[in-house]
Amino acid sequence: MGKTPAAVVGVGQTHHRAKREDVSMAGLCREAMDRALEDAGMTLDEIDAIVVGKAPDLFEGVMMPELYLAEALGAVGKPLLRVHTAGSVGGSTAIVAASLVQAGVHRKVLTVAFEKQSESNAMWALSVPVPFVMPVHAGAGGYFAPHVRSYIRRSGAPTHIGAIVAAKDRTNALKNPYAHLHNEGTTVESVLASQMLWDPIRYDETCPSSDGACALVIASEDVATASPNPAWIHGTVMRSEPTTAAERDQVNPQAGRDAAAALWKQAGIASPIDEIDAAEIYVPFSWFEPMWLENLGFAAEGEGWRLTEAGETAMTGRIPVNCSGGVLSSNPIGASGMLRFGEAALQVRGAAGEHQVDGARKALGHAYGGGSQFFAMWVVGADKPSN
Amino acid sequence: MSRTLSAPVTVSFDYTRSVGPVLGRFLTGLRDGRFVGARLGDGRVVVPPPEFDPVTHRATTDFVDVAETGTVTSWTWVSEPVADQPFDRPFAFALITLDGADAPLLHAVDVASPDEISTGMRVRARWAAERTGAITDLVFEPESPEVPRLGAGAPRTSTIGTDPVTGIVTPVSLDYTYAASPEESAFFRGLAEGRIVAQRCPACRKVYVPPRPACPVDGVPTVEEIELSDAGTVTTFCIVNVPFLGQRITPPYVSAYILLDGADIALQHLILDIPVEEVRMGLRVKAVWKPREEWGTTIENISHFAPTGEPDADFATYAHHL
Repeated sequence: MGKTPAAVVGVGQTHHRAKREDVSMAGLCREAMDRALEDAGMTLDEIDAIVVGKAPDLFEGVMMPELYLAEALGAVGKPLLRVHTAGSVGGSTAIVAASLVQAGVHRKVLTVAFEKQSESNAMWALSVPVPFVMPVHAGAGGYFAPHVRSYIRRSGAPTHIGAIVAAKDRTNALKNPYAHLHNEGTTVESVLASQMLWDPIRYDETCPSSDGACALVIASEDVATASPNPAWIHGTVMRSEPTTAAERDQVNPQAGRDAAAALWKQAGIASPIDEIDAAEIYVPFSWFEPMWLENLGFAAEGEGWRLTEAGETAMTGRIPVNCSGGVLSSNPIGASGMLRFGEAALQVRGAAGEHQVDGARKALGHAYGGGSQFFAMWVVGADKPSN
Repeated sequence: MSRTLSAPVTVSFDYTRSVGPVLGRFLTGLRDGRFVGARLGDGRVVVPPPEFDPVTHRATTDFVDVAETGTVTSWTWVSEPVADQPFDRPFAFALITLDGADAPLLHAVDVASPDEISTGMRVRARWAAERTGAITDLVFEPESPEVPRLGAGAPRTSTIGTDPVTGIVTPVSLDYTYAASPEESAFFRGLAEGRIVAQRCPACRKVYVPPRPACPVDGVPTVEEIELSDAGTVTTFCIVNVPFLGQRITPPYVSAYILLDGADIALQHLILDIPVEEVRMGLRVKAVWKPREEWGTTIENISHFAPTGEPDADFATYAHHL
């Protein structure tokens, strides 16, 4: 395909909170962008193009916010693209930005993704009644809970696996100063004791509703080589599929499996569990950790929960998952995917601070969106890819 | 009869907008009856102040007050105002460069006809008596010494507060006409007769309920009509315990995927007449219809699904529908 090498040379994010009433959407984006630029040792003037992503416009009630944001994002006189693929948008936005560099179109691209959930109510926005159909929809939790139940039935997983994930991610978040939730003392027992919201999903097994943004600076080979610690992009893949189709596998979607297979091939990875040192996987509801471990090929079908149960997804395990605390600890929806991609980059740059996995050389960033119908993922590495 | 059914949908929400320190200063100024602009890196004064300088990219910090009078640089006539516009009678939207500013502000001018406005005309702000810190705290009117000024001089008569404005509420309401596809319309019309009409995809032969204008696998409309029974199997479900804005069913309730006998895709509906904790995967259920006089072209003709009392379906019979 003739892609040229590209790397992440700057990562920035906001402090994620339930309500960032101190900043506008523009201010929120700039907070992340300015940190990413500082990390990259660049100014906005040096940037060739801006790629912005966010989830549905109904979340803030501003149609096409990229139009009014152009000035604040420093896009005057430059190409500005907006990407949308529902919850996976943070990931797909980073991939679009990377592709502009890999294609040789630009040398320095800044990408930013955001959500300001406090401006509205995502539960409402995702449950607007449609005429003629039964109004049983109940937000993202209501959508995914039946499929979690299907996973539990299909895999025979013990019912406390979701609580293990939630306790792990909330504990990891204590090491991440940017995380929204810093809930000390979250245990499997405390998660199991929390209120059942969308049975089988409990309150502590759901992501928070956050305001936040994430930004990355992606640069071409010459720029990245001169940077002190680039995270080289070893592979990027997006796949999609219909929300509903006869006999569609909602637990282990084909698009996710295909994307993962293509990703490992691109990145030259034969055994993901042995070769990936840290994974940032989009887990908005705790049970999606074992589900995506299987979908991504870290475990055989029906076996993902065994890794979780054995502690293999903890920071000290075989495949540390969501050392940052993940979506379960911060969920500015549009930015959540880019946070996964950015946290993966931080890991291989050795820049993840207290939640750094020792000696991480290759990391996965993953995002999904819609009714598990959009997938975006990348592998980044400390070394320049040889392929 | 139209091939497609349609119905109105209104999507409305009062968005709570955080305005940030720069626009907050501008809106606080409006509440206090003055215009706050900013001097940009290139020396121009702009109202409202941009949050970040488009040239230097730095956050705006150099604020300056400008006059409440200015000059129309362009305008358009609004002959048929719609809801929530500044006036309920015809008016002008104009670009107005306030005295002391170098770039125009878009706002409404209160004139009775297009003959009363022109480019180059002088206008003056007319402030509302009660101001909240919003762009709607004022309109413009011709600057004419003969016209008595209403709310003149912008004394702050409001009692809304003295704290800096940090947020505004932006009510948004959108009216749509939702149109079902011809295939779905056939399904909804069938329901009005107490029938469940499915269609088979001519390519993959899967039975879709509701039918589809495009099979998600093959991209062609489903065609061959099949009437399904109103009994089926619960494939999977969740119990909704959480109340939320706009919810139409009181929790707790069971939202279930029901695979009607003969269908290849499950339908979402409500399960009742059984304690929620007894609902299970594989449960056999049957539609409970509302009284016929309440029927319309909607799935809500079926009040809910209730257990048939048959033995549960074997997992293998529906495992490929999860």
